Amino acid sequence: MSYYPYAVGLAIVLLGIIGIARSRDLVHAVVCLSISQSGTYVLLLAVGFDRGGVAPIFGSTVSRSTRVVDPVVQALTLTDIVVSAAVTSMLLAVVLQIAKRRDTVDPDQLRSLEG
Amino acid sequence: MTPRVRLVMLLVGLAGVVVMLATALPELPGFGGHTHPYRDRAMTAAYHQSTANAVASVNFDQRAFDTFGEETILIASVMGVAALVRRLPEEQRRERRQRGHVLESTRWAATVFLPLTVLLGADVVTHGAITPGGGFQGGAIAATGIHLLYLGGRYRLLERLRPLALFEVTEAAGLAGFLAVAVTGLAVAGSVLANFLPRGQLTQLLSAGTVPALNFAVGVAVASSIILLIAGFLEQALAITGHRSDSQADDEAAS
Repeated sequence: MSYYPYAVGLAIVLLGIIGIARSRDLVHAVVCLSISQSGTYVLLLAVGFDRGGVAPIFGSTVSRSTRVVDPVVQALTLTDIVVSAAVTSMLLAVVLQIAKRRDTVDPDQLRSLEG
Repeated sequence: MTPRVRLVMLLVGLAGVVVMLATALPELPGFGGHTHPYRDRAMTAAYHQSTANAVASVNFDQRAFDTFGEETILIASVMGVAALVRRLPEEQRRERRQRGHVLESTRWAATVFLPLTVLLGADVVTHGAITPGGGFQGGAIAATGIHLLYLGGRYRLLERLRPLALFEVTEAAGLAGFLAVAVTGLAVAGSVLANFLPRGQLTQLLSAGTVPALNFAVGVAVASSIILLIAGFLEQALAITGHRSDSQADDEAAS
């Protein structure tokens, strides 16, 4: 029994967070957030893996007694990807507005409040 | 707070998180183990509902209500982007002059692959219940196919082939179709999103009851959503001139 794949997924999440904190560019920060979310895909799929299992789709090679991987976490991963796309697009739209109004996408330049 | 201080603080916090995760990890069932109680239940349910693709069965039958929420999230984000990415009063829309050079091979590849990609998207949506894929995946593929026009340097043609008003309607229609299936399930079988259609034979195209119908509704909504999203961003990038003097200077230099 190994926990290494779970650690990989979690490491991707944490690296994304570090990227957001160190970011000098809002577009870069949005991409880092996407990377963090990708770590959750890895974690979910790792949880559902069954050694020797095949894709959970009934057919000529898969019957009820065949060992398959977990379809529930795959469905959750699909949801995760859709949410990621929605969040990314919204954030990029906000970044566009900031770039237009403030002429910068460096978060450190966005200190002062605009009256 | 300097970047250095910020990074140190972050690393202190992350060290705590890592310690907690390292403590939690050994409590998980090991990677690749053979005990998956949810898997067993989901596969049994998918078999009884004659849905060959167990992932589609989970998404569009066993937890279809959640998928309705998922589709709504995407549509809400389209509305949000449309609200944020719009022309400011001081901006003006201009007809884009042809700029940049597209390789002839790129142009041809885009033309050849456009119908193929849209067809593949439709295929992935249609067979969502019996093969890998489904409404979300197929919708994304089809929307990508249409945007090959942009990669091939034909933005004008893309604008003509992409009646945004129509896609706003189809996006809403996709959501309405999902709702219609949900309410019909309530009326016919007594619960929202009940799988009320005959379920047919496992691995046949017309099997799995309401799953193909819901897949189709989601596919239409997702394809429309992505087209509208990308349209908003492309419009910003290509057709709207800023109010800043430097962009006007660019224009004068270019003309």
